[in-house]
Amino acid sequence: MISLHHYLTVSALLFALGLAGLLVRRNMLMILLSIELILNAANLSFVAFSSYWGDLSGQAVVFFTMLVAAAEVTVGLSIAVLLYRKKDTTDTRELETLKW
Amino acid sequence: MVNITLLPWVILFSPLLAAFFIALFFLRSPKIAGILSTASVLISFAASAALFGFYLKNPSLLPVETAYAWISIPGLSIPFGFLIDRLSLLMLLIVTGVGSCIFLYSIGYMRGDQSFPRYFASLSLFAFSMLGIVLAHNFLMLFVFWELVAVSSYLLIGFWFEKPSAADAGNKAFIINRVGDFGFVIGIFMVWMLSGLGGAERTFLFSELATRIPDLAHQNLVTPAILTVAAFLVFCGVVGKSAQFPLYIWLPDAMEGPTPVSALIHAATMVAAGVYLLARTFFLIHDLPNVLETIAVIGVITAGMAALLAVVQNDIKKILAYSTISQLGYMVMAVGLGSSTIGMYHLTTHAFFKALLFLGAGAMIHSLHTQNIWEMGSLLKRMPVTAATFLIGTLALCGIYPFSGFFSKDEILALAYEENRVIYFAALLTAGLTAFYMTRAVWIAILGPDRKTHGHDHHAVHDAEPIMKWPLIVLAFFSVTAGFMGIPAFIMGGHGEHPHFNMAVAITSTGVALAGIALGTLLYARVKNRQDPLERFFGKAYDVLVKKYYLDEAFLALANFFQKLIAQILFIFDSKVIIDRGANGAAQLTAGLGSFIRYAQTGKLQTTALVFSFGLVALVAFMFLRGF
Repeated sequence: MISLHHYLTVSALLFALGLAGLLVRRNMLMILLSIELILNAANLSFVAFSSYWGDLSGQAVVFFTMLVAAAEVTVGLSIAVLLYRKKDTTDTRELETLKW
Repeated sequence: MVNITLLPWVILFSPLLAAFFIALFFLRSPKIAGILSTASVLISFAASAALFGFYLKNPSLLPVETAYAWISIPGLSIPFGFLIDRLSLLMLLIVTGVGSCIFLYSIGYMRGDQSFPRYFASLSLFAFSMLGIVLAHNFLMLFVFWELVAVSSYLLIGFWFEKPSAADAGNKAFIINRVGDFGFVIGIFMVWMLSGLGGAERTFLFSELATRIPDLAHQNLVTPAILTVAAFLVFCGVVGKSAQFPLYIWLPDAMEGPTPVSALIHAATMVAAGVYLLARTFFLIHDLPNVLETIAVIGVITAGMAALLAVVQNDIKKILAYSTISQLGYMVMAVGLGSSTIGMYHLTTHAFFKALLFLGAGAMIHSLHTQNIWEMGSLLKRMPVTAATFLIGTLALCGIYPFSGFFSKDEILALAYEENRVIYFAALLTAGLTAFYMTRAVWIAILGPDRKTHGHDHHAVHDAEPIMKWPLIVLAFFSVTAGFMGIPAFIMGGHGEHPHFNMAVAITSTGVALAGIALGTLLYARVKNRQDPLERFFGKAYDVLVKKYYLDEAFLALANFFQKLIAQILFIFDSKVIIDRGANGAAQLTAGLGSFIRYAQTGKLQTTALVFSFGLVALVAFMFLRGF
């Protein structure tokens, strides 16, 4: 029997994986992918809790999150494309103009 | 029978209503403005006369005090009320009576002026304010009206504000009065504070204070020293308003206003308000010999100094202005010598004859178009009524029997003779000077030959129209008869000290006055050219007088010194503290902090994300530890 704890454990692992990717990877595309992982970790726990409590509003939120994630990826990818055109790279280390 | 409690309201508010309506609706209709304003003062006069008549028949009812709630907050209640006693009844009659004459006269004098309605609106406002001072039954209400007369006086001195000198004179009068009133208002609050020392609720009411202050002094709850300070502060207001030394310098400049204004405000009523205040608050100074003596000395100094200045003036209004200051000095001196009754007596007679003199001078100015006495002359033939009434006024001012000035001045001199010989001699000398400078003015301006060199319109010079002539005659009548009306007896209410009369003093003072007249006649009766013989006799001393003892310059230098000193201090404070420390300091602080904090902004995406993650972990850890 797969209990709530299993789902939450997978969700936590996914989140940790996503966070690690976010921090370690320098490629912008990989960072965007990592963010997707984090979002999906959240989605998983939402669905798990939804099924656990028998409340559909958790699933509704997941649909909403997916929508936001799609929009976010659209914006993120277009930034990546623009960045590539400007700097010929997708390495975030090159993005330093916002510092002192 | 009219309701007697209603009459004070009528007296006080009918001029205000007139001012209100003129200011709102009739600023372009001179006829209505003149009639409305004059009618309002005549109504006030009629109501005052009715009130006076009623209490003359029922003197036992006096004093009457009516109060209505005005300002009321916890710990402080200031009623709006009227105090009707012998003092205010007398003053009401003077203000409305002399006022009526002057309002009527103004219709003629100001005819054709493009701001005629504005003049009457201001004059009505003044009448309202002055009546407010007279009727006020508490210190604060009196102070409000006291400031209101200052405002209306300012408006009327600067009536011809297109003339810079008139606008300046208005400012000068207003500002110098503020100096005195600064002390006055502190004095009022000091008296108010002191009134609560016995445990009772603090009060502004004159009637309450009149019994409470002496009581507190007797019980040693208030030391004489503190009371002295309070009395002096209240006296500051008098020094400003009644043009006493050293603040008298505004009054001569105030002559820039229209002549009827000088007659009403700067001779008969407003400047006398200070003396009225002294009489009203006599309980405050009554038991303080030091204060009384100082007041008397300031009075006599003022009287003497101003009389000396009047000798060298060539402007007829300036002569009368210095004469007014001098006579106000007499009144203040009388109060200082311990008799507010005699001070008020002289105030009354002076109101009549000085208003008469000013209106007479106004008639001359109106018809001759000059204020310079050297450009007048042979007026007895050309303006017989004006000249005759002016002569009556002069004789009253000089104190010649049986004119009214003789009686009041003589009582002052008799009082001084008993109380203080030094002051007596100074006052006597001043009386001689008074006779001298008035004789000089009369010989040059009226009796002497016409000295106007470029004049060609001799036939145009004649007595003024009836509306200006009759007020002169009425005032002349009272200038002659006021001495026989028993005014001091009325003020005293038939009890108290016996009216002062001292045959030796009477003879001496008349002799001195006659000597002054004789000397003036000797010097000026035969002067043909426009050269003042005194100028030749006293070269340097004469210059000092012409320069008014350099008092104006001294005030200016003093004001300049302190203004520059304060400005310098403020400038240093401003540039060193506010700008350097405050404005620049704040900027430097921000810049300094920023130069450290900016190292947090690495611009590296991962650093930001890492810090963010630590924050997240910390938050979660914190929630775990708290147990959600």
